[in-house]
Amino acid sequence: MSERPWLTLDEQQTDTLTLGGDWQLVHLGELDRAVDAFRQRASHLDASSIGRLDASGALLLLKLANRLGIDADTIELKSEHQALLETVQSSPSSTGGDSKRLPAWTRGLAAIGAAVTAQFEQILRLLGFLGLTLQTALKALPQPSNWKLTSIVHHMQQTGLGALPLVVLLSFLVGAVVAFLGATVLRDFGAELFVVDLTVIAFLREMGVLLTAILLAGRTASAFTAQIGTMKSREEIDAIRTIGLDPMVLLVLPRLIALLIMLPILTVFAMAAGLGGGLVVSATVLDIPAELYFTRMHEVVQLRHYLVGLIKAPLFAVVIALVGCLEGFKVGGTAQSVGERTTSAVVQSISLVIVINAAAAVFFMQIGW
Amino acid sequence: MSDQPPVIKIRDLKNAFGTQVVHEGLDLDVRRGEILGVVGGSGTGKSVLMRAILGLRPPQDGSVEVLGHTIDRDERGEAMMRRRTGVLFQDGALFSSLTVAENVEVPLKAHYPELPAALRSDLARLRVRLVGLPEAAADKYPSELSGGMRKRAGLARALALDPDLLFLDEPTAGLDPIGAAAFDQLLLTLRNALGLTVFLITHDLDTLYAICDRVAVLANRKIHVIGTIDEVAASENDWIREYFHGPRARAAQSARERNETG
Repeated sequence: MSERPWLTLDEQQTDTLTLGGDWQLVHLGELDRAVDAFRQRASHLDASSIGRLDASGALLLLKLANRLGIDADTIELKSEHQALLETVQSSPSSTGGDSKRLPAWTRGLAAIGAAVTAQFEQILRLLGFLGLTLQTALKALPQPSNWKLTSIVHHMQQTGLGALPLVVLLSFLVGAVVAFLGATVLRDFGAELFVVDLTVIAFLREMGVLLTAILLAGRTASAFTAQIGTMKSREEIDAIRTIGLDPMVLLVLPRLIALLIMLPILTVFAMAAGLGGGLVVSATVLDIPAELYFTRMHEVVQLRHYLVGLIKAPLFAVVIALVGCLEGFKVGGTAQSVGERTTSAVVQSISLVIVINAAAAVFFMQIGW
Repeated sequence: MSDQPPVIKIRDLKNAFGTQVVHEGLDLDVRRGEILGVVGGSGTGKSVLMRAILGLRPPQDGSVEVLGHTIDRDERGEAMMRRRTGVLFQDGALFSSLTVAENVEVPLKAHYPELPAALRSDLARLRVRLVGLPEAAADKYPSELSGGMRKRAGLARALALDPDLLFLDEPTAGLDPIGAAAFDQLLLTLRNALGLTVFLITHDLDTLYAICDRVAVLANRKIHVIGTIDEVAASENDWIREYFHGPRARAAQSARERNETG
């Protein structure tokens, strides 16, 4: 349908390069090679035999003229192509924007540096957000009108009651696994009864609260981010502000309070379920009767074990709620950014929960609890 | 010019959603090289018509021929048609995970994979410059651009394949009057330079008066009137009379007259 493009040097006047055919995007690959391959010299371009010309062809034509050192205004053209060439030519060009790219190793170093500063900034922002939340809470909570009871109860149901079956099931299974693990090691010493000590201490001090917090970090932090993030991207947060309400009071405090109430309760259930898992394994597989299990438990359990676990629960609740809400507020205008922030909220809250738990373990060990 | 075959030829088109009939017995010819403005009240199916022409929604009845190929029949024809048409959706519909330049490169990569990367990048940057965006915008993501710039970036992507036929869905909606007027001028310049045929859906009276060669009014499930803007404005229909003789229309009309005399 369209004619192939060509370039020929005029036989009589060797300084005139004649161009013809259709200079269109369809033939551009071929044309580009032909233009690149042309290494002779010419001082005049005759493009008047070009049949069809489009913007891509015009770009190549200008490139060729530029390389040959020919002024674009002196190119002979069909009149109907004049306007196109002028438009392409007059669009302000700045070539060599790519040459400013840094070498790969510099960019690698820069990326590492950027990641490190971003981490620091993130920690600073989280601390700032914690301060802001505390300030808002101190200012707002003395007035009962700021207690968004409906909202708090709603989030208690969503984050607490909804997560209960999952928390109980998983804790039960992990409790059973811990008992099994203990039994395989302790059986060699004939000390199977100490399986009870292991399960009880593990679940009261660490596993109960850790399992609950990790589950809620995955389940609730992501939900908070997605809820607030969607509101942010639809300018609902701005709408709340312009109406004269405080998004911190309206959105953050109810979520934080709900989680502060529900996470300790869920932790207690997780502890009980984990002990139940240990009990079932002991009674059915390890030949430790239930009465003996309970007697041994009474001897082992001390209030401080229980408190060590439970003290951490509100701490984790604050971390999960604040990370979830803060990431929600960081959402930009796009749907993609809601996804990115949600991922980031889950990763951050799980990591923070585990790091804080490790630090707490060292602390309680040092003070002799 | 008029003895050339029409670029778009629609015969007896019927579109319906369930029992709700949007178009019935709709005929339309779009001539080569013209800017055709399509207007109509909301719900008259302007966007549906565009989607039917583009083959995004199969019509219940009738035939649509674009650039000599019947939509929905031959697959090779469709590939040809996609190469020679560009579409600007209402909010640009730019791919949000790609920069502007990468967005423009997507159709080039899809249809001309043999082009060397450097040349493809040059072509993309040329399109970005052609639509009047600063060079720096080429490396930005759509979310970093203003609404007007997103429209221009969308136009750059629509122009990527050097199309013969351009579809624009409300290109000036949501732009400030200065931005809208600049966009109109840009369209006119590009049409004159690149020899485009433009199918333009719009509500903007200024656009109609400033750049459209012909105007088609959608009403009563078909093209009610088609002709130059003065012919259309003179026709007897309540909606048309209200549309073209309201206060905003008079302002747009006098603006055109000022432009022509001054």
